[in-house]
Amino acid sequence: MIEAVALTKLYGDSRVVDGASLTLDAPGVTAIIGPNGAGKSTLLSMIARLLPIDEGKAFVDGLDVTRAKGDELARRISVLRQENGLLARLTVRDLIGFGRFPHSKGRLTANDHVKITEALAFLDLEPLAERFLDELSGGQRQRAFVAMVLAQDTKAILLDEPLNNLDIRHAVSMMRLVRRAADELGKIVVVVLHDINFASAYADRIVAMREGRIVVDGPVEAVVSEETIEAVFGLPVLVREIEGQRTCLFRR
Amino acid sequence: MADVAGNHVSAAAEDPAQVAPKRAARQHSLRMLAFLAVLALFSCALFMTLGARGNWSFVLPFRAPKLAAMIVVGHAIALSTVIFQTLSGNRILTPSIMGFDALYALIQTLMVVVAGTAFVTAADPMALFFAQTAVMILFALGLYGSLIGRGARDLLRLLLVGVILGVLFRSLAGFLQRLIDPNAFVVLQDRLYASFNGIETDLLAVAVVAIGLVTFAFWRLLPQLDVLALGRDTAISLGVDPVRLTQLSLGLVAVLVSVSTALVGPVTFFGLLVASLAVALVGSRRHAETLIAASLIAVICLVGGQTILERVLGFDTALGIIIEFLGGIVFLAIVLKRGIQ
Ligand SMILES: Nc1ncnc2c1ncn2[C@@H]1O[C@H](COP(=O)(O)OP(=O)(O)OP(=O)(O)O)[C@@H](O)[C@H]1O
Ligand SMILES: [Mg+2]
Repeated sequence: MIEAVALTKLYGDSRVVDGASLTLDAPGVTAIIGPNGAGKSTLLSMIARLLPIDEGKAFVDGLDVTRAKGDELARRISVLRQENGLLARLTVRDLIGFGRFPHSKGRLTANDHVKITEALAFLDLEPLAERFLDELSGGQRQRAFVAMVLAQDTKAILLDEPLNNLDIRHAVSMMRLVRRAADELGKIVVVVLHDINFASAYADRIVAMREGRIVVDGPVEAVVSEETIEAVFGLPVLVREIEGQRTCLFRR
Repeated sequence: MADVAGNHVSAAAEDPAQVAPKRAARQHSLRMLAFLAVLALFSCALFMTLGARGNWSFVLPFRAPKLAAMIVVGHAIALSTVIFQTLSGNRILTPSIMGFDALYALIQTLMVVVAGTAFVTAADPMALFFAQTAVMILFALGLYGSLIGRGARDLLRLLLVGVILGVLFRSLAGFLQRLIDPNAFVVLQDRLYASFNGIETDLLAVAVVAIGLVTFAFWRLLPQLDVLALGRDTAISLGVDPVRLTQLSLGLVAVLVSVSTALVGPVTFFGLLVASLAVALVGSRRHAETLIAASLIAVICLVGGQTILERVLGFDTALGIIIEFLGGIVFLAIVLKRGIQ
């Protein structure tokens, strides 16, 4: 479904993404972790055609992302960026409605309204549906954008730091939602996460990046170990199995 | 509370008092549009009838073209401004502030300098008009397309480049105008500062058709423009190509600006006035609503203002100045408000 082949992004002489290859075919949750500036957002942006690719190729459902028609890709892959700016003053429901654009081209059908209502419910946003986005807290707004991505109803979903601004309850809800999307709806979800424990608890597979390269790519057990995490983040950590879950602890 | 993953946490996430339904928003904007439409119609009716003595066959041909020109130009300015603001990603810029009008004046001047007055006065006004518009579209795409299309959304840079280009065009035109002989200058002056009086009817007809076509084109593009207002990345993610849409729209805006400028001369701040009022009155949730409101407000300002000045107060030429003055104040108010925030 998603295939990145030796993707590279250059800014001047620095290769901020350097020959990153990634294949995602089965439904599931893949977490991308790595320090600030590792190139996580850049990699996602190239796959989602938000940034031009300097070297390598990216395919979504067999379509070359640099050549395929925008609306065909928009029915197959959706992306949530790390930060979102808006010109129009919209309500939450309006925004989620835009997620249906690739399907309805701006004229919402009854089916679209069903999808919008579902997305509102999924993200716990019903009470806020008619509120304007600039009247929401950062976390509420973040959920509204995720709901829009969900309403787009694509097989592949890329989320760049969806836990930004979320309190612990909504962060857990968001990750459970991501799991449900993969398990019940068969979606291929890629999430950039900073909290290794969230990645360890909810992901099937973890991709770790450092200085533009993918340094580890494998199941949780293979990645969340003291040696690997230290190698990726340059920080000594303790990894313990707690309640059957790999957990990362930090020394004072 | 039904939670995302079916867990039940008792803590209320949102304060129920904040959950005031805003379904009324849409009805409010529809009511506002109806009100503006009535006001616009009323202004037009007043303009046609107030102080009309004697024979309609005399009054009609005199007033009707002027009214038509005001409606067409008002609509063109409103449309071009609202769209331009979406393309540039902010609500301060207008095509005029970015130097579109000055570009028009420069092209006119160059035409007189290069081709000579004999050519300009003898040439078919239509052909001239189309050639001029084509040049303007190319220029606009080259100059502003590169600034706006590629996600350059730095407001200050855009504004600065626009203002500098505007000054450059204006000074170049002014310099060239000083070089040409007085007779040529008079011909040019005529073309640069037309007013709502003495509109050429054939040009008016062309303008109506051109602006009508552009309006239709934009009407088809509105859903995509709504998506573009979500920002470049979201637009791409939803399958809209921002570069292509921006180029197409900039070309259409260039048509609107050159048509309205050819018809009545340049206005700098009027577009900002009507666009800001429209956003304040009906919001910016959908281009369709904002655009209709802006057009109606433009018609109300132009026709209503002209009626009051001409029929009630007895002035004739001051409308442009007053509207520019008000628009300038709105511009300053917006800039200051943003600066403080
Ligand atoms: N427009 C740009 N010009 C030059 N360098 C850039 C540009 N955009 C990003 N970079 C650099 O590319 C590198 C990768 O950035 P990227 O946003 O992909 O990191 P990230 O892994 O998402 O980090 P974070 O965890 O902070 O979100 C960084 O070193 C950044 O400074
Ligand atoms: Mg990032």
